Amino acid sequence: MRQSKSVVKDNKLGPLIVRIAGLLIIALTLSIGLFLVIRGMGTFVKFHHSITEFLFSSNWAPTDSATASGGNVGAAIYIAGSLLTCGLALLIVLPFSIGAAIFMTEISAKAGKKIFQPAIEIFVGIPSVVYGWIGLTVLVPFIRDVFHAKMGGYSVLAASIVLAVMIFPTITTVSVDAIRSVPDSYRRAAYGLASTRWQVIYKIVLPASKSGIMTGIILGLSRAFGEALAVAMVIGKTRAFPKDLLSPTNNLTAAIASDMGNTASGGEHNLALWSMALLLLIISVTCIFLIHLIGARAKKNERA
Amino acid sequence: MSDTILDINKDNKEENVKLEVNNLNLFYGQFQALHNISMNIKANKITALIGPSGCGKSTFLKTLNRMNDLEENVSINGELKLDNTDIYKEMDALELRKRVGMVFQQPNPFPKTIYDNVAYGPRINGIKKKAQLDEIVERSLRQAAIWDELKDRLHKSALGLSGGQQQRLCIARTLAVEPEVVLMDEPTSALDPISTSKIEELANELKKKYTIVIVTHNMQQALRVADDTAFFLLGELIEFRDTKKLFSYPMDKRTEDYITGRFG
Amino acid sequence: MNDKRKGIQRAKRINTAMTAILYLIGGSILLLIFVLAAYIIIKGLLSYYPGILSTDRNGILNQLFNTIYLVFLSLLISVPLGVLAGIYMAEYAKENKLTRFLRICIESLSSLPSIVIGLFGYLVLILMTGANWNLMAGAITVSILSLPAITTTTEDAIRALPKSYKQASMALSATQWTSIVKVLLPAASKRIITGIILAAGRGFGEAAALLYTAGQSTRLNWSNWDLTAKTCPLNPFRPGETLSLHIWLMRTEGSLNPHSEQIANFSAMVLVIMVLLFSLTARILSNKINSKKTGLKE
Repeated sequence: MRQSKSVVKDNKLGPLIVRIAGLLIIALTLSIGLFLVIRGMGTFVKFHHSITEFLFSSNWAPTDSATASGGNVGAAIYIAGSLLTCGLALLIVLPFSIGAAIFMTEISAKAGKKIFQPAIEIFVGIPSVVYGWIGLTVLVPFIRDVFHAKMGGYSVLAASIVLAVMIFPTITTVSVDAIRSVPDSYRRAAYGLASTRWQVIYKIVLPASKSGIMTGIILGLSRAFGEALAVAMVIGKTRAFPKDLLSPTNNLTAAIASDMGNTASGGEHNLALWSMALLLLIISVTCIFLIHLIGARAKKNERA
Repeated sequence: MSDTILDINKDNKEENVKLEVNNLNLFYGQFQALHNISMNIKANKITALIGPSGCGKSTFLKTLNRMNDLEENVSINGELKLDNTDIYKEMDALELRKRVGMVFQQPNPFPKTIYDNVAYGPRINGIKKKAQLDEIVERSLRQAAIWDELKDRLHKSALGLSGGQQQRLCIARTLAVEPEVVLMDEPTSALDPISTSKIEELANELKKKYTIVIVTHNMQQALRVADDTAFFLLGELIEFRDTKKLFSYPMDKRTEDYITGRFG
Repeated sequence: MNDKRKGIQRAKRINTAMTAILYLIGGSILLLIFVLAAYIIIKGLLSYYPGILSTDRNGILNQLFNTIYLVFLSLLISVPLGVLAGIYMAEYAKENKLTRFLRICIESLSSLPSIVIGLFGYLVLILMTGANWNLMAGAITVSILSLPAITTTTEDAIRALPKSYKQASMALSATQWTSIVKVLLPAASKRIITGIILAAGRGFGEAAALLYTAGQSTRLNWSNWDLTAKTCPLNPFRPGETLSLHIWLMRTEGSLNPHSEQIANFSAMVLVIMVLLFSLTARILSNKINSKKTGLKE
């Protein structure tokens, strides 16, 4: 016969309030999701466009009136613009991020803590508008003058470089954490087998921190997809697929940022922009899902 | 009843029983950590609980002020009475902890000033007047024999004190709530010999006013400070008697093996 | 034998080359941040003209004030909510489905693009209430952005405290709530404040979330203190363009202001200095916490 313990009496109000605060966050997140889904589905439900049209057609000519329909809402140019700039940004930043992370952990941990950490904090601290402003005042004229770009330097390349700088701290910080968590015994074992430092890094440390670095990459990508104003300032906002890296195009966030306020609420154009916002939400939730997937797989591999 | 050797209960009927434990069992989930413990802890005495690590002595100590309530998955049955009132059925845990204070193995001052550490208990129990708090802080620190060392730095952080001073501060903090019983869970295991002997002297002084239960795995310490000693093994109370008798004429083979150092 | 030696030499050469490359990467990054910082500051200073620090249409003081006021308002919301939720996560949340879901919510919230949160604010606080752009809507939107960081910092700060604090407090007959309020929160306060400062710094730079909430214009009358008036600086329900939005508008919307470039340059400098001051403060604070394991100074 067991007597279950009686719980200590606690203050009633305090715990209730903190619980409500927790529930409020859930409610807030759910309502953000819900509102975006409702608004974003309008293109397909209210105006009966197909999802295929939205994703794959490049015919973007929505009517801008509260009720009239009949336009086209193919967002492929914007989607391609986002994919292209983010992909290119990732290619540009990866060697720098991973190189910096290795430098901060394996080559000079002291410089890593004392110099690089604060430097990265400055990278993080610079607001995105300021990155856009730098892109506009430095990068765009540079590309115009050096590569003789036709559209005055506003280009996929400019947008990608700006994005690369902006996601550099995210990928680097997460990679540093991942590399730091590789047990030292691995390194000692490898050095004991007469490896050079680079061999230790390349053959032991990087593979062991692979999933952490992947997490950083996805976090960085997710940030790049969502970045609006900095990209909008340098991408040129031209509704055409780019012919090359030096030509301008447009992307999801820039379109939303510049057009949302100029469209009739609830109209075809307006709702198409909301569909783009919904797409951004889906991308960012997918990224979180991927990160959890990677984490779960890494855990499983550790046990196996 | 169990087969514990408890001549103490018969020997000293005339003495005041402060804590009465009858057939106490404690479970962590399915695992039974304490088996049928019965013992009477006498007022104004020091009772030592000894035994090898994992024998249940600390677990038992925690049941005396219901600190085990904080852990998940613990269930107990049996009877535990403080001055004839059942502490699990008839008493609120907070009420109980006011009357039964606890000093922990590691000194654990709050990251506050020395003064605020000692005044913490009285304050949460509603004492707000500065004069009254001043008086309690001074009295408690004096009782813990550390007033002279600390009186000039009452408003400095408690974390700057040495380990031994911290532990005596924690004792003062416990005394400030004016408990009747003070539980000490290996209070000197983290301290140097000089601090240890100070705490032991202090315990001897404190028993005039308080009932003290001390867990120790230092048998010499039990012999030095305790009036009564209880020997625990594998969650059972094996023998509980006057300290001198227990150490000179252990009645159970297992007690003898332990105190002569054959295991533990 | 010879092959082996060749292999070793090759490995050594690669090692040297890669080390050099890594140094190059490290160096170029430091160079980049140095150049960026110098560029922002020098360009800002060179763009100074008399009148830029004024409240008329060539000055940026109104925008600067709006920025600070908006972040202040947003902290009024995000700090209590975030700290309370953090306490819940650290002390009361049981390991169950609800808690796991709450964690996912916080994580999602922290990764949502700020323009998406901005649109949510636009929809709920402007379109659905029928209000005009206003500071309060912007502040609420920014508070959603900083909420996850404040919540996690609070949770981490409380969890990082030694278990003994709570134990000792409970043994002195305190309830769990009393222990949280009187012992745990004060002990964790510096870390929590550091997190709040960082969140505030990020709030200063936010722009995308404010495009359609706080509004893209500001007209203040610094002698009007009637809180209900549209031009009263302290009225939170008036449009309030912030410094970061100002940069965006000066450089993109074909601004008619002849000083627009200089204004953008100078604003960028002010903004970056402000944000960096905040993160420097946070850094100094957190270094203090780390170096003072022995305790607090009075």
